[in-house]
Amino acid sequence: MSGTQGAAVPGLTGVVRSAVARLAWYIRAVSGEDAYDKYRAHHESVHGPGEAEPMLTEREFWRDRADRQDSNPQGRCC
Amino acid sequence: MGATSSIPQGATDEPDLTQDPALPPVALDPTIHEAEEAHWTPLKIGIWVAIALLGGLSWVMLAVVRGETVNAIWFVFAALCTYLIGYRFYSNYIQKHLLRPDDRRATPAEYKADGKDYAATDRRVLFGHHFAAIAGAGPLVGPVLAAQMGYLPGTIWIIVGVVFAGAVQDYLVLFFSMRRGGRSLGQMARDELGRVGGTAALIATLTIMVIIVAILALVVVNALAESAWGVFSVGMTIPIALFMGCYLRFFRPGKVTEISIIGFVLLIAAIVGGGAIAGTEWGAAMFHVEKVPLAIGIIVYGFVAAILPVWLLLAPRDYLSTFMKIGTIGMLALAIVIVRPEITVPAVSEFATSGTGPVVSGALFPFLFVTIACGALSGFHALIASGTTPKLIEKERQTRFIGYGGMLMESFVAIMALVAALSIDRGIYFAMNASPALTGGTVEGAVTFVNSLGLTGVNLTPDMLTQTAKDVGEASIVSRTGGAPTLSVGLAHIMQQVAGGSGMMAFWYHFAIMFEALFILTAVDAGTRVARFMLQDSLGNFFPKFKDTSWRTGAWLTTGIMVAAWGAVLVMGVTDPLGGINTLFPLFGIANQLLAAIALAVCLAIVAKRGLFRYLWIVAVPLAFAAIVTITASILKIFSSVPSVGYFAQNAAFSKALADGETSFGTATSVEAMEAVVRNTLVQGILSIVFVTLAVIVIFTALQATWNAWKTHSNATNEDLAVPSRIFAPSGILATPAEKATQALWDALPSTKRKAREH
Repeated sequence: MSGTQGAAVPGLTGVVRSAVARLAWYIRAVSGEDAYDKYRAHHESVHGPGEAEPMLTEREFWRDRADRQDSNPQGRCC
Repeated sequence: MGATSSIPQGATDEPDLTQDPALPPVALDPTIHEAEEAHWTPLKIGIWVAIALLGGLSWVMLAVVRGETVNAIWFVFAALCTYLIGYRFYSNYIQKHLLRPDDRRATPAEYKADGKDYAATDRRVLFGHHFAAIAGAGPLVGPVLAAQMGYLPGTIWIIVGVVFAGAVQDYLVLFFSMRRGGRSLGQMARDELGRVGGTAALIATLTIMVIIVAILALVVVNALAESAWGVFSVGMTIPIALFMGCYLRFFRPGKVTEISIIGFVLLIAAIVGGGAIAGTEWGAAMFHVEKVPLAIGIIVYGFVAAILPVWLLLAPRDYLSTFMKIGTIGMLALAIVIVRPEITVPAVSEFATSGTGPVVSGALFPFLFVTIACGALSGFHALIASGTTPKLIEKERQTRFIGYGGMLMESFVAIMALVAALSIDRGIYFAMNASPALTGGTVEGAVTFVNSLGLTGVNLTPDMLTQTAKDVGEASIVSRTGGAPTLSVGLAHIMQQVAGGSGMMAFWYHFAIMFEALFILTAVDAGTRVARFMLQDSLGNFFPKFKDTSWRTGAWLTTGIMVAAWGAVLVMGVTDPLGGINTLFPLFGIANQLLAAIALAVCLAIVAKRGLFRYLWIVAVPLAFAAIVTITASILKIFSSVPSVGYFAQNAAFSKALADGETSFGTATSVEAMEAVVRNTLVQGILSIVFVTLAVIVIFTALQATWNAWKTHSNATNEDLAVPSRIFAPSGILATPAEKATQALWDALPSTKRKAREH
């Protein structure tokens, strides 16, 4: 949960590279793009491979997410 | 799925929070946090002394020195230093004594985890989500309108108000909702205040939502009417959003960043293209829309947008709006620091005391505090803080950074909006913000009116107005009320000094208009949806079929009712002979602050039921202030004998004129206009009465609940049962040394053990 653990590459390029990686991670997370990854990680940690509840595919997940937003709208502030 | 079953049944009063011994610590002992805070190294002391001195100096420059001009940088420093001190000391005090978060307890994101709605989210990411959800047009518009009272009253209220009221409300509601599994404000009101208080809170929320959506829509209409460029570029956001929605749905699901970048490029193309198209004869004719048809267009749009599935329009525009929001606000902050504009507006203007300002009527108390709602204290945030955010919090202690910190950030947005509005010429400011009823909508009329105000240092010439209009690519800037155009001129004025020079002013102006219109339209759409569900839920108590939200007819019907409600208020504002925004905006602020009073009243009852009477003042002080301000403002709006302030006084004056057979009165030039004033003031007056009555009921029931708790020494709580946590995360933006040490233990753990199975 602590984000990308920027590998400890020494020197300036390492610092720049890790900063870019962190920024990319942050933008991806803030925009919500990592939602499926989070779902998959959760699903795998809770349900074993042999269990009945199937994991949604990426496409199914995003459709399901849109449906949930449809039936449970969230306000935006003024 | 089925994760709720992980809540243990039948736990005792003192929950057992013994953690799994196989895991590293899931929480730091509170004494470690306290020891870290109490450990004052010389460097730390030096930094805080420097912050205090810089903040103090800035306030002296703003409030005491008051030279001919004051540099905008002092606003930035005064705000930032005060926020830092408020966050470090006051929110810490609240955390330690009032809320007492316990990181040994799992948050709903952990014990209800489903990987979808409940999912532990990195605190810095959640801060971004929460900020994007709370920050909208409110903190941009209110400060602009309040700038007529001078720079000082608004600045003090925004900065002091947020530290003691706004951020406290957000923090408390977020924390209490998190402790209740992410329950909404309405549900908490019912739990804590009983049936009467809960119902009043629900009706108040619904009515307030209607007003807020209507007035936001009015801001957009005022900004886009008779502006071919604005209509074209903002109109283009609809096909752009539809394209983005289809791309994500059918072509590349989940590729949010990619499509947001594509959308952003298209958006910029729409702004640039808008200028070219508005410059052609056919384009100017085609996209030049008057206020009333534009309002009807937005009403139709609001209905269609709210019944379309979210993936098609709402979700993609939300992505765009988040990008624009964070980007533009960051850009403006940077530009203000680089340009450091000199501000010539007086600290406190004559309108603060006389109450005769042309932008919004009424004197400083109470009307400053309702004109600036968002940015200082915004009740609407209570709906967000009890919505998605509490379901995503990773650890209890993070609520301080996200709830309190997020609101400080919004306050900073309000300060920047204020600086942008203050940086433009004061004569131009009044010409733009006085209603057409006062200026006649013409350059000559505006010049005559503004110069007749007799303001020191203001000498408006027709040339200034036509030149500014030309610079920003508009036919006219006279009486462009509603705050958005003024802010856009201010932003364009500042940005062109950083990038592009005066040739770029038109682009920056329309960029700013686009930025505001985007999230207002999202707020209109989302607000209509939320209101529709609330209405369906309420109607469902009488007609059970309405509870089924997938019932198409019911959904369309209730959406239609909500759109008709805000649409009626919007049309009323657009056609109001008295100017619209200046009569309606106080209603918006009052509604928002009353919602804040309701939220704080619920918090008061919760704190009392926890038996924390010693610290009740933390909630009671902002509640009392919000209650006094809004009730006084409502009473003035209802009973004042000054027609420009009191709705019924205005109503009586126009009714009498009609009865006397006059054909024009004040700014109304025809019998129809006079009748419209009579009708509008009656509606506005009745709304004021409804709001204040509902709020008084809620506050009264909260006081009753508080009194009962005092008498019975109750220790009742509606919190979910405590569940031991199995994860660890730092609480603030940066991890403290002790948190880093613990995090290292967790990082060393094999990943298979880190997130043990929850069943």
